[in-house]
Amino acid sequence: MPLLWIIVIVLLLGAAGFVLGRQRAVASAGGDARILHSLPNYYGTNVLILSVVPALLVMAVWLIIQPMVIESRVTGMIPEAAIEEAGSRSLVMSDVRRVADGLDTAIAAGALTPEQARGMRTELTDVRARLGEIGVALGGEVSSEVLAAAQSYRGLKRSGNLMMTVAVLALAALGLAYGYIRTNREFRARNAVEVAILAILMLASTIAILTTVGIVFSMLFETFNFFELYPWREFFFGLEWRPSFEGGSDLGLIPLLWGTLYVSVIALLVSVPIGLFAAIYMAEYAGKRMRAVAKPLLEILAGIPTIVYGLFALITVGPLLRDYFAAPLGLGSSSSSVMTAGVVMGIMLIPFVSSLSDDIINAVPQSLRDGSYGLGATQSETVRQVILPAALPGIVGAVLLAASRAIGETMIVVLGAGAAAALSLNPFEAMTTVTVKIVGQLTGDTDFSSPEALVAFALGLTLFVLTLGLNVLALYIVRKYREQYE
Amino acid sequence: MTDATAGSAPRTPARSLFAEDARTKRRNRAEARFRAYGLAAVVIGILALIMLLISILSNGLSSFRQTYVTFPVELAEARLDPQGNRNPEEIAAVTTFGYLPVMAMAFIEHVDAMGIEHDLSPQEMAAMISGEAPAQLRAMVLANPDLVGQTVTLEMLVNGRIDGYFKGRVTMASAERDNNVTPGQLVLAQALADAGAMETRFNWNFITAPDASGQRPEAAGLGVAIIGSFYMMLVVLALALPIGVAASIYLEEFAPKNRLTDIIEVNISNLAAVPSIVFGILGLAIFINFAGLPQSAPIVGGLVLTLMTLPTIIIATRASLRAVPPSIREAALGVGASKMQAVFHHVLPLAAPGILTGTIIGLAQALGETAPLLLIGMVAFVREYPAAPLDGLFDPASALPVQVYNWTQRSDPAFVERASGAIIVLLVFLVFMNAVAIMLRRRFERRW
Repeated sequence: MPLLWIIVIVLLLGAAGFVLGRQRAVASAGGDARILHSLPNYYGTNVLILSVVPALLVMAVWLIIQPMVIESRVTGMIPEAAIEEAGSRSLVMSDVRRVADGLDTAIAAGALTPEQARGMRTELTDVRARLGEIGVALGGEVSSEVLAAAQSYRGLKRSGNLMMTVAVLALAALGLAYGYIRTNREFRARNAVEVAILAILMLASTIAILTTVGIVFSMLFETFNFFELYPWREFFFGLEWRPSFEGGSDLGLIPLLWGTLYVSVIALLVSVPIGLFAAIYMAEYAGKRMRAVAKPLLEILAGIPTIVYGLFALITVGPLLRDYFAAPLGLGSSSSSVMTAGVVMGIMLIPFVSSLSDDIINAVPQSLRDGSYGLGATQSETVRQVILPAALPGIVGAVLLAASRAIGETMIVVLGAGAAAALSLNPFEAMTTVTVKIVGQLTGDTDFSSPEALVAFALGLTLFVLTLGLNVLALYIVRKYREQYE
Repeated sequence: MTDATAGSAPRTPARSLFAEDARTKRRNRAEARFRAYGLAAVVIGILALIMLLISILSNGLSSFRQTYVTFPVELAEARLDPQGNRNPEEIAAVTTFGYLPVMAMAFIEHVDAMGIEHDLSPQEMAAMISGEAPAQLRAMVLANPDLVGQTVTLEMLVNGRIDGYFKGRVTMASAERDNNVTPGQLVLAQALADAGAMETRFNWNFITAPDASGQRPEAAGLGVAIIGSFYMMLVVLALALPIGVAASIYLEEFAPKNRLTDIIEVNISNLAAVPSIVFGILGLAIFINFAGLPQSAPIVGGLVLTLMTLPTIIIATRASLRAVPPSIREAALGVGASKMQAVFHHVLPLAAPGILTGTIIGLAQALGETAPLLLIGMVAFVREYPAAPLDGLFDPASALPVQVYNWTQRSDPAFVERASGAIIVLLVFLVFMNAVAIMLRRRFERRW
């Protein structure tokens, strides 16, 4: 039975439970809702929750666990010889899955009956040609082990799905019955419903933690796999980045890190002065009308997707810098360069720096300004000698947050910085960054047992640790050095 | 206090207070400079925005127009339906290579009939029509087999280079150096345009058609990408809004102040600052490699974007819950509501506009996100429209920003125009969403 139908039936059972529960409660009070402990709808909701929530939870868990169980049972069927032939277990398994899916498609298209699919033998039928006829393309010949595994994969999947359908529907019916029996006028339905809702709310708030755990574990696990294939010393201290899918790659982090930091520094050199001065001007000098126009305009820059900046770097800024700066100065002839990516990223970060600094400058109390003016300072002297020192921790925090953004930014560098790993000082040369290489190593069909693909997880973990460190540091500085004025 | 008066008489100023001395002048100049720096910074920021928009618009607007050529084609029975019994299966046996000569001959004959002088070879003539055109003709015939044997007047896409000529991207000089187009073809195209057989007009196909291969920029469209993006937004809305609101209600209204809630809060603010590409790695490792969901499917993209948008929605929701004054809660509790009733019946409705605004802004962010989608296989070349939800959520699809990236990676310069055009579409969606958010805020915002 398709998943959607199961869900719909469970929900229908729940709706029926709501009506039944409500009726029973009202009936038990002899039609006088005032005698009930809770409002009638709570009795209905109680039955609804009991029938729907456990059933759907079991279904979700089942859906996660079933593929793993089937996978391990089927993997056991494949002899070691077949695995060695194909290169790795995961490759054989993906073949098995493809054949199984192909058989499903064939049955759906009417080219095979279910009995034919179950009884198929490689000695008797050319499976590849047969599936090819109905548009299921297979990479190579299907061995008898793979076909047998695929057939038992289908069988297990079928019986698993059947069992799940029965279990989920039975649980929903049981929940309905239990809730219905418990319903009477003494039952504290509201309390029961509220406990259930609170549990759901708590569950939702743990998703944030689960995400972090997922991020860390998915990367840690694959990073360990990577370091089993590739020495960690060479990764962290290697000066060469030369992946080759035939093996013998050099996967050194240093050139990527250098590119990342170089681009980020240029981006900060562009965005921090412009953003800071813009914030000072908005907060201290600009009139109300100017502020009302300029502030939203600058904030539009923050709402533009990074791919737009990437295209801007690729088609406008890159050629511009090449034709008017790099080529006349003899510094290079590439339109994608550290400078291109850095300048465009700087533009992207202007509103980030300016709106954060604006808030911080506005938080400096007016009395400090008045005191400074009273001593005869001009406005700029007040800003430089009173306001900025008072706002400094916040501004440093803003700059660190901007730096973390710059390090993790992907699309601008993918389109603007180039793909060649280089350790060079020339800002008009194409260099590459950590994020570019993550995209490069993981886009398209990748073999997850090779160090060239797994290195992306190690790069991702490095990136995660770097940006997380900067964020924590920024928060720490802001909290520790914040002046308390009130 | 005696020292001050004990010394010599106070020094009389050398000049009037109204005349600036050198130091005052310097300070005033510094003041003016500082102010000018500030103004310059604001102006630079705004100029950058204007430059960005001009660059995108000037490159991309032309993608909404496309050049078509109109000419009659005789759908000869002998070539398209050799058996002559209009059986759709037999007609389907003729591939696009069978339609190509039919079309090319008709075009050449039409040009001759119009009496336009040229010295092009038949191959050069045929190359002026888009490679996509025979496939379109074939689809048309398959949809309506009765057309075979008739003469129909067709409006077909022309080659991307010829189209580029009418848009000013290709010139006679560049055609000299280009292997894909000759000046002779451009002369003929100009003659056809003058005679009214070739025209450049608004191009709905750019918005509705699927992507096309790297040699046929003229046929590439955004249809699949828009549907894919739309599906992902559905998934994000269906998951991120309820989960985000539920989490915020718990954290803001019910959570005890303890270690665990502290950890959750720090966690959420850190998640908001994790680079988007890391979420892509998460999606690849968990949803594709571990859970076995299909690559390039909107469901996976939607799940990844949900995790990314959750912090935004939670932060916005908590802010708007906090903005509801405690007196509302206390009044509800005072008349006998339970805490849960106070929150769901009174606080939540009052916070709804703020929550909605935050959700729309979160969705807008998710719509423009590219990097994580690259890792979960959304870069694949997809020509089939995905099916309707829920099955369609598992079909391969593209996404608007990824389509932009895809087109920038192709060698034909006509794709730069397409990519900019796609960005215009993306920006229109974003402007619309943000406008709705601003409108909601203006209309329903309450100050207590």
